[in-house]
Amino acid sequence: MTTTALSAISPEDAWMDYDEAMDLFDVVIGLEVHVELNTASKMFCSCPTDFGAEPNTQTCPVCLGLPGSLPVVNGKAVESAIRIGLALNCSISPHCRFARKNYFYPDMTKNFQTSQYDEPICFDGEVEVEADGERFTIPVERAHMEEDAGKSLHVGGATGRIQGAEYSLMDYNRAGVPLVEIVTKPVLGTGAKAPQVARAYVAFLRDMMRALGVSDVRMEQGSLRCDANVSLMPKGSTTLGTRTETKNVNSLRSIERALRYEISRQAGILAAGGRVKQETRHWHEDGGRTSSGRSKEQAEDYRYFPEPDLVPVAPDPAWVERLRETIPESPVARVARLTEAWGFTELEMRDVIGADALDLIEATVEAGCSPQAARKWWMGELARRANAADLPLAEAGMTPAQVAELQGLVEAGTLNDKLARQVIDGVIAGEGDPAQVVAHRGLAVVSDTGALQAAVERAIAANPGAVASIKAGRQAAAGAIIGAVMKEMRGQADAATVRELVLAAVG
Amino acid sequence: MPLTPNDVARLADLARIELSDEELAGLTGQLDLILESVQVVASSVPPETTPTSHALSLTNVFRPDEVRPSLPVEDVLAMAPAVEDDRFRVPRILEEAA
Ligand SMILES: [Zn+2]
Repeated sequence: MTTTALSAISPEDAWMDYDEAMDLFDVVIGLEVHVELNTASKMFCSCPTDFGAEPNTQTCPVCLGLPGSLPVVNGKAVESAIRIGLALNCSISPHCRFARKNYFYPDMTKNFQTSQYDEPICFDGEVEVEADGERFTIPVERAHMEEDAGKSLHVGGATGRIQGAEYSLMDYNRAGVPLVEIVTKPVLGTGAKAPQVARAYVAFLRDMMRALGVSDVRMEQGSLRCDANVSLMPKGSTTLGTRTETKNVNSLRSIERALRYEISRQAGILAAGGRVKQETRHWHEDGGRTSSGRSKEQAEDYRYFPEPDLVPVAPDPAWVERLRETIPESPVARVARLTEAWGFTELEMRDVIGADALDLIEATVEAGCSPQAARKWWMGELARRANAADLPLAEAGMTPAQVAELQGLVEAGTLNDKLARQVIDGVIAGEGDPAQVVAHRGLAVVSDTGALQAAVERAIAANPGAVASIKAGRQAAAGAIIGAVMKEMRGQADAATVRELVLAAVG
Repeated sequence: MPLTPNDVARLADLARIELSDEELAGLTGQLDLILESVQVVASSVPPETTPTSHALSLTNVFRPDEVRPSLPVEDVLAMAPAVEDDRFRVPRILEEAA
């Protein structure tokens, strides 16, 4: 058989089950992530960067590349790029330049993109991520500064895609918005968990960028975009296979699905004796598959050269050190620290993270609540109400400070759990802070022993059977009397106190 | 190593410039001469000199992250060869076959 015939094997014919593929091949992944910075103005001009503005209302001679215009670097964007590099444990280049990447495509009117080539501002980093209970180190090759391109709308053809379109409509508002591109080295040794590791890495970047405050990181709006490379090599081999690059993977779930799909597709082709074509592939969220895009058989020639209109960037080491102090703890380190400080089990912590309750519990503990109580309220009552209302937990209707206040009232004996739930109702209904709700609804536990004593005596008189049982040594019978007292007090009594009073009166 | 007409044809192709055979031949000679002249200048520079990409020895020229007004959209679209829905209308990007 000739190579041509083999490479024409259709994915449907050659598909291989994922587990079977894992028995035969090692997976190598690589991820390129573009982060759109949240600066107010563009990378090289003072146009605004607002998402969703009317088309072509945020452009100027610089970002349109009009003759005679000159770019000037946005200092805030450089600061953000350095902070991103530091958060990825990268070295920061003491001296680096911008470069022109030359290409003809209508998304940039300049016919080049200002980027960095052989001198990225950040290089040689690594981050640790956790996937499926296991930790993996992701080596980071580089993080460099560049500008985003305009947005195209493809008209005609069936799918709104570039293939088959009759013509395209361009909006240059996004052209020139600052980007940082983060590129991993080839990631080996993740085994069958490769798709989960890729997802965990992108989730790490999203959380870290958010913690740094450098980007909105909204995948659905394209402010965090991911291209996923994958190649397979037969088990035991050390020669990297031919890789494909899947674009348009715009949610965490898609990253995992797209990689699984590509692994099964490539494994099928290789096992049938075929050859994987080096190409760009597009992910289709609806069909859950990738399709062939531009072929990369002929390497593109971008004729990079140093940007003559911009002087080099040479970050002062003292500045870099000042920025280093602003870098938040990595998510993995934070979770490890909090798990220990709070005394939660790993399972409890995983549930907390899964429910998006970590920040809320941390803030509640900072407001003076014990970790266990904070977890009880957020993962119990509040999670239940948020679920019922189909709201994120943070929007359940109570602030961490209010939860801490509520727990304080419980610990002071002002509220029992049942009353506390009514207080939560009140807070969510907008009646104010817990103490205000208690006052307003008259919910406090009755501590007037005179009133309580009278209620106990009435209940004893009304339940002679139960009294006889208690006297016969069956203390559990006290429940009927306690219940009657609680009912008369409309729940506003401390059950333990009532029990003591009942047993003392009968005994 | 002298430049060949093939090198120049490749560059012209990348730059989307259409050249006739005569133009190609003429430009190959001229570009070759320019490269030779640069070689002469380069050979007069001490070898330990660091290459530079800029005539100025400045670094870190930054502007504050402040927004200034963009161009009015009418002025921007007036430069477009064709306009539709306030966007630049451009011809088909990929060939049909792909
Ligand atoms: Zn602009």
